[in-house]
Amino acid sequence: MAQLHTVNKSPFERNAFVSCLEHAKEGSGILLFEDGVYAAMNGTAVADKVKAALSGRSLYVLGPDVKARGLSEDNVIDGVKVVDYEGFVDLVTEYDKVQSWL
Amino acid sequence: MKLAVMVNEGPYQHQSADSALQFVRAALSKGHEIFRVFFYHDGVNNSTRFPVPPQDDRNIVDSWSKLAAEHNIDLVVCIAAAQRRGILDADEAKRQGKDGNNIAPGFRISGLGQLIEAGIQADRLVVFGD
Amino acid sequence: MAEPWEDDEVEGPVFKFLYVNRKAPYGTIYALESLEVVLIAAAFEQDVSLAFVDDGVYQIKKGQDTAGIGMKNFSPTYRALEGYDVEKLYVEKEALEERGLTTDDLIVPVEVVSRAEMADLMDEQDVILSF
Repeated sequence: MAQLHTVNKSPFERNAFVSCLEHAKEGSGILLFEDGVYAAMNGTAVADKVKAALSGRSLYVLGPDVKARGLSEDNVIDGVKVVDYEGFVDLVTEYDKVQSWL
Repeated sequence: MKLAVMVNEGPYQHQSADSALQFVRAALSKGHEIFRVFFYHDGVNNSTRFPVPPQDDRNIVDSWSKLAAEHNIDLVVCIAAAQRRGILDADEAKRQGKDGNNIAPGFRISGLGQLIEAGIQADRLVVFGD
Repeated sequence: MAEPWEDDEVEGPVFKFLYVNRKAPYGTIYALESLEVVLIAAAFEQDVSLAFVDDGVYQIKKGQDTAGIGMKNFSPTYRALEGYDVEKLYVEKEALEERGLTTDDLIVPVEVVSRAEMADLMDEQDVILSF
């Protein structure tokens, strides 16, 4: 019953990302999109939290939202997988259910 | 797979409607079925046919209407949320004594039961909101 | 006793639906409209649970008085949920503590669960609607 979580908020504006991390069980996936992509970048105050989450969970970031915000996919934290919208759809079908952290 | 989508924010103010459109297009291109798109909260504002965005901007409402026409997608607007926000079809305008309606092609107004049914019937429900 | 309208219900699988409330009332409409979803959902005879996490716990704070803001106080509706057979209300212990609240501050009886238990509860569901 592995779950896909989605986060679309900047971790610097709201607690959705942190709250998601605290509820995402081992084996679950977390997709960062819209303003959520800011959490996926190297060198931020939440980067250590992301790296810690990568043990036991899979993290994904939506590439089109990364590029739209002037960020580089090359600067995404190692281990966080970059997906496009088709990849987003694949994740939704691969996991058993989706929970949005709005 | 059979996918259902819920959109909880209006167009332009939030990215939710754009993300939902991109998601639906990608799902269709991969051969999935979109069981229903349900519009709730300010998401009902996706269904008024009156927006006139600048010519160099995307027209989100038209995008929904075109998707519905081309792929026969069920676009359902919550009646309670729609009434609060002034979204009316012809029947509802008549019933409420309003002088016009504003629903865009391809959308239909119905009850919240349609959302629960989508949760039951579809294999996955994905919520886009703020 | 079977209610008369139950004869019309289509027999089908029962799914576990979780309604996740993470937002405070009044500042935005999410809390009120999510409650409206729950009331409608009750008629579908699914296995319904409500979760209150983060600022969602403020939705069920006792003593709400909205007279001064010109909005309807909808908090009594949480007490009516039992009448709709919506009886599983889960509140996260950490969310209460972070906000200086205890169960004495809440308008309805709830089951208090730890954050880890809340994560388990989410994981057990078939459909999760988050507001």
